[in-house]
Amino acid sequence: MNVKADLSRPVVYKPWTRDEIAARAARDIPEGYYVNLGIGIPVLVADYVPEEREVVIHSENGIIGMGPAPEPDKINRWLINASKKYVTLRPGGSYVHHADSFALIRGGHLDLCVLGAFQVAGNGDFANWSKSDNDMPSVGGAMDLAAGAKSVWLLMDHTTKSGESKLMQRCTYPLTAVGAAKRVYTNLSVLDITGDGFAVREMVPGLTFEALQDVTDAPLKMAN
Amino acid sequence: MINKIVQSMADALAEIHDGSVVLIGGFGSIGQPNALIDGLIEQGAKELTVVANNAGVGHIGLARLMEVGRVRKIICSYPRTTDPVVFERLYREGRVELEVMPQGTMAERMRAAGAGIPAFYTPTSVGTKLAEGKELREFSGRQYVLEEAFFGDVALIEAWEADRWGNLTYRSSARNFNPVMATAAKLTVAQAQHIVELGALDPERVGTPGIYVNRVVHVPYGEPTVT
Repeated sequence: MNVKADLSRPVVYKPWTRDEIAARAARDIPEGYYVNLGIGIPVLVADYVPEEREVVIHSENGIIGMGPAPEPDKINRWLINASKKYVTLRPGGSYVHHADSFALIRGGHLDLCVLGAFQVAGNGDFANWSKSDNDMPSVGGAMDLAAGAKSVWLLMDHTTKSGESKLMQRCTYPLTAVGAAKRVYTNLSVLDITGDGFAVREMVPGLTFEALQDVTDAPLKMAN
Repeated sequence: MINKIVQSMADALAEIHDGSVVLIGGFGSIGQPNALIDGLIEQGAKELTVVANNAGVGHIGLARLMEVGRVRKIICSYPRTTDPVVFERLYREGRVELEVMPQGTMAERMRAAGAGIPAFYTPTSVGTKLAEGKELREFSGRQYVLEEAFFGDVALIEAWEADRWGNLTYRSSARNFNPVMATAAKLTVAQAQHIVELGALDPERVGTPGIYVNRVVHVPYGEPTVT
């Protein structure tokens, strides 16, 4: 008999918070990268890139070199990010209009985009814009980013609130892009998407591979 | 003498007809020409197709234009923004049609329209629902989808400064869709916070040259709020 989990010894672990997921992803962004951060957990990544590491953050509404939120008395009311929140421009930053902002995305000039997702599959397909036609489908810049950036990372919860896996064998929601996602940071683990499906690089402390597989629809393997 | 400055909102929005395709600048409420939208409500044109990144916030500007029943269809990339109360209700009641377009495809289709390019191939949306029914073609081993230029009848845009030739400058991230929309419409109307003498604008700072602009109306209102 193949016993996947020893139920007599409950697995005790604490999922990462949204900020911890963002901080974990920020650790992996190399100096010199040009990066776009999507709305949701991804915009939090900006707060966790150490100041001394120069990473240039692009915002789709025409900012190259976006900085953190301003001090309350130093708000530029003409300067917002993709989530419509006030931000700053770092020294060296610049502005472009929308057609140029997306030309640089599609043209392959971004090293990385970090997006949220409803679902991701082991073949790199992912879905983050529409659950149904009744739900105001909202694609924003996600399809352009997924098609244009050199690499796509997804930051998301591992399961829905009701416990269904968001890491799928095949996505069931309408796709944002085919085969584009390269890495996934969830509240339980860090996974690479390889030619051979999900490979687990890291798990939250206390979590076992078997327990992770138990809450994951897609088959997992450990990364080498 | 060329003078594109008009003295009233009525003059700025004259001859915008029912059924027009109206491009409206802005990203959320920043760079959105709310005074022109209010003027368009007064002007009365209806059955409009509106192209804007978002589908309106609260009950002002674009949301109000929809609320008073002037919009037949909205083409946007991201309706699910903060507080889209008006759009959400009209959409669920089936009273406004929605076409969702990837944001970069939307920008590039208007850029193409203004640049004399009838269509282009893009990698965006390949393999998704938004590419269904569109021509696909392979270049260097990768699939691309054919997208056509998108023209507006009217573009309503917001600028910071303007001169009588219609040269415009913008502030920070408020330029967003405004320059590209200005190129893509038969009639481009700008609201500007400051009207300056011809020659006073630093040519290096002009974001939209006056060749793309038909009318300018002076709307000094100070700083925008994120609503």
